[in-house]
Amino acid sequence: MALLQISEPGQSPQPHQRRHAVGIDLGTTNSLVATVRSGMAEVLADEQGRDLLPSVVHYVAEGVSCVGYEAAEHNVADPLNTLASVKRLMGRGVADIKTFGSQLPYEFADDKGGMPKIKTAAGLVSPIQVSTEILRKLAGRAEIAFDSELDGAVITVPAYFDEAQRQATKDAATLAGIKVLRLLNEPTAAAIAYGLDEAQKDGGAKETKGQDRTVAIYDLGGGTFDISILRLSKGVFEVLATGGDSALGGDDFDHAIADWLRQQIGMDDDLNPIEQRILLETAKSAKEELTDSAEVALEVLDWQGILTRELMHSLIDGLIAKTMRACKKSLRDAGVAQDQIDDVILVGGSTRTPRVGEKVAELFGTQPLCSLDPDQVVAMGAALQAEVLVGNKSGDDMLLLDVIPLSLGIETMGGLIEKIIHRNTTIPVAKAQEFTTFKDGQTAMAIHVLQGERELASDCRSLARFELRGIPPMVAGAAKIRVSYQVDADGLLSVTARELTSNVESRIEVKPSYGLGEEEITNMLQDSFSHARDDMQARALREQQVEADRMIEDLLAAIYKDGEALLDAEERQCLKVAIQELRELRESTTEHRLLARQIESVAKASEEFAARRMDASIKTALAGQTLDEIEKG
Amino acid sequence: MKLTSNFFEIFAIPVAWQVDSSQLQSKYLKLQQEFHPDRYASSGDTEKRLAVQTASLINQAYDTLKSPLKRAQYLLELKQIDASQDSHITSDGAFLMEQIELREALSDVRDSADPFAALDSLRNGVESSYIEQQNQFQAQYQESDFDHAFNTVAKMQFSTKLLDEIEQLEAELEDL
Repeated sequence: MALLQISEPGQSPQPHQRRHAVGIDLGTTNSLVATVRSGMAEVLADEQGRDLLPSVVHYVAEGVSCVGYEAAEHNVADPLNTLASVKRLMGRGVADIKTFGSQLPYEFADDKGGMPKIKTAAGLVSPIQVSTEILRKLAGRAEIAFDSELDGAVITVPAYFDEAQRQATKDAATLAGIKVLRLLNEPTAAAIAYGLDEAQKDGGAKETKGQDRTVAIYDLGGGTFDISILRLSKGVFEVLATGGDSALGGDDFDHAIADWLRQQIGMDDDLNPIEQRILLETAKSAKEELTDSAEVALEVLDWQGILTRELMHSLIDGLIAKTMRACKKSLRDAGVAQDQIDDVILVGGSTRTPRVGEKVAELFGTQPLCSLDPDQVVAMGAALQAEVLVGNKSGDDMLLLDVIPLSLGIETMGGLIEKIIHRNTTIPVAKAQEFTTFKDGQTAMAIHVLQGERELASDCRSLARFELRGIPPMVAGAAKIRVSYQVDADGLLSVTARELTSNVESRIEVKPSYGLGEEEITNMLQDSFSHARDDMQARALREQQVEADRMIEDLLAAIYKDGEALLDAEERQCLKVAIQELRELRESTTEHRLLARQIESVAKASEEFAARRMDASIKTALAGQTLDEIEKG
Repeated sequence: MKLTSNFFEIFAIPVAWQVDSSQLQSKYLKLQQEFHPDRYASSGDTEKRLAVQTASLINQAYDTLKSPLKRAQYLLELKQIDASQDSHITSDGAFLMEQIELREALSDVRDSADPFAALDSLRNGVESSYIEQQNQFQAQYQESDFDHAFNTVAKMQFSTKLLDEIEQLEAELEDL
């Protein structure tokens, strides 16, 4: 931050005001919110002292009736209006739902936007709206704890979440009125919670002090498995590779045991829902008991028997082996050998099954870390990162470098995909590639943005389509169209296409076709605010005023420091005039749009200056020289 | 955006084939410490956008310089020679014959008695010729013999592709 945070001479920086930030683990089954108090991350409990919030929302005709534990109680009596596990639906299209939606009891409506909605007593509800309710509940918990508004949140997502799923998560937060500081990968959050960055820096007597550490995060939840390989180097977390299985989890252990029970009892596999529930619950509690005992006596549906730990292992070892294969694949992707892993972290409730820890230790040749509650560790790590990003704690010693989990590409002739950014590339990243026209006189080009590893476009996830128009007519193959992909630090994509000979440009922020449109979000936001319209206006104006103040302050500081070296007299004058105009407008106007436009135009006017400063400071960062020296040299 | 013009300059190292990879990595991390968008989480939009662009450029530069093949292609690009095409071919007949044999050996791996051992010996062979090609490139580049250097890059492409395929096959065999 050395670059842009410099206060005016003679003007001391504002007294440090503590900001309120939280980390949120928005889980499939349960969600949590955590914050940092006196340097320690802790989970915020509800009034009854419960840490978890079941990710369940119950709907009645009037709308949302309740969220969390209360909502979960309606599960049996009113399953169609009790929405759970919607994380599995986030950012998914209708086709995806058809493949695994049968596991969920809900009725889906085919929306024209392609975004599946669930039919409830309150009307059609999107998975994003359900997530919004959960997030709002968690934010409310935090606001009670802080007795103040929330300044921002870090929200965790599985590392394998694609573009559409990340965007859907961010949309849900926007709808809940939460400022998202960062979408953070869950495994990275876990590594932060264990303070592995600290351990790496001052490893004490260990011989690894100051050296790079390679860490595997093994995350087995109820319904998902996630493996990530990270490298820690001088406080930088680098995600080397991620992998996993979005349809494998501890629930499958229960199913395997329940299936064994069914065979022992001699029932065929055509069970009614009540029998199914009984078998599953018996299986689950047997699994938990076998954590501590060698065998457990069972009595279920007039059948009595014994399940030994060894027998259970034989039932679940195949499932654990599947996770091991995914681990090996990620190790290969990361270019790391099994014995090069320094630490292994266990995350997710299903890692409480001791067999999992044993097998993990065997594979990596090291005892996994499990001193923190595997259900809480992700939210705790997110809270620590939120504390840095919101500005309460200097982040000089910690940095997260993430990778994209799936390749991003473009559809080419014949329905094939040309990959533009390959999976496991460190983000942010920008890549461009040139394409050409197929027919003589072709004046438009359809750009179809895809994500996935398969060869055929139809097998990949469609993220967006847009058109580049106004290409001057030329013979086929003569036009040069440069398509640029830019992925930001949250993993969100924007795409630009430009015809190089005529400079015709078309640009799109990728809003997945089954995500929410900007307008839809605005509408929903307005619906969800009970504020009168004037309140909204006032709020928007205040936000723009803050932005204007910050911009004026930043620019003046920048001009004071580098204006002489990097701008000529005329450029300096131009900028000063622009700043003065902005300052006057900020004092006089009540129209937030006007102010926003002026801010935008000052931003444009100062872009070149900012670029020069960035450029110069790259040199300083490495050479340790001062700006003056570079200018003279 | 007018950022430092070439990837070597970004890391303040000389434009040369030889790159000290641990030095490159530590400079890379130092730059990301400074320019990663997370460092600008509470800044204005202009700075945020610039940080995204700068960090992207640094990532691309690092990605290019740490890979021998991409570094070689980039060195030629700086000499105005486009060696980045996937499909440029070498005219070295003996080399092509050798490639055909290697590919046959690869497709026979599945049927061999010990596929993993077969794969390992194949990989060792390809890796050592890849290193040999890198040494060739270094010599040719230093002598400004860019025509031959270009040809060597084509061979390096063959080698990396083959190594990728070996890796992929190994993954498939392990998954069985």
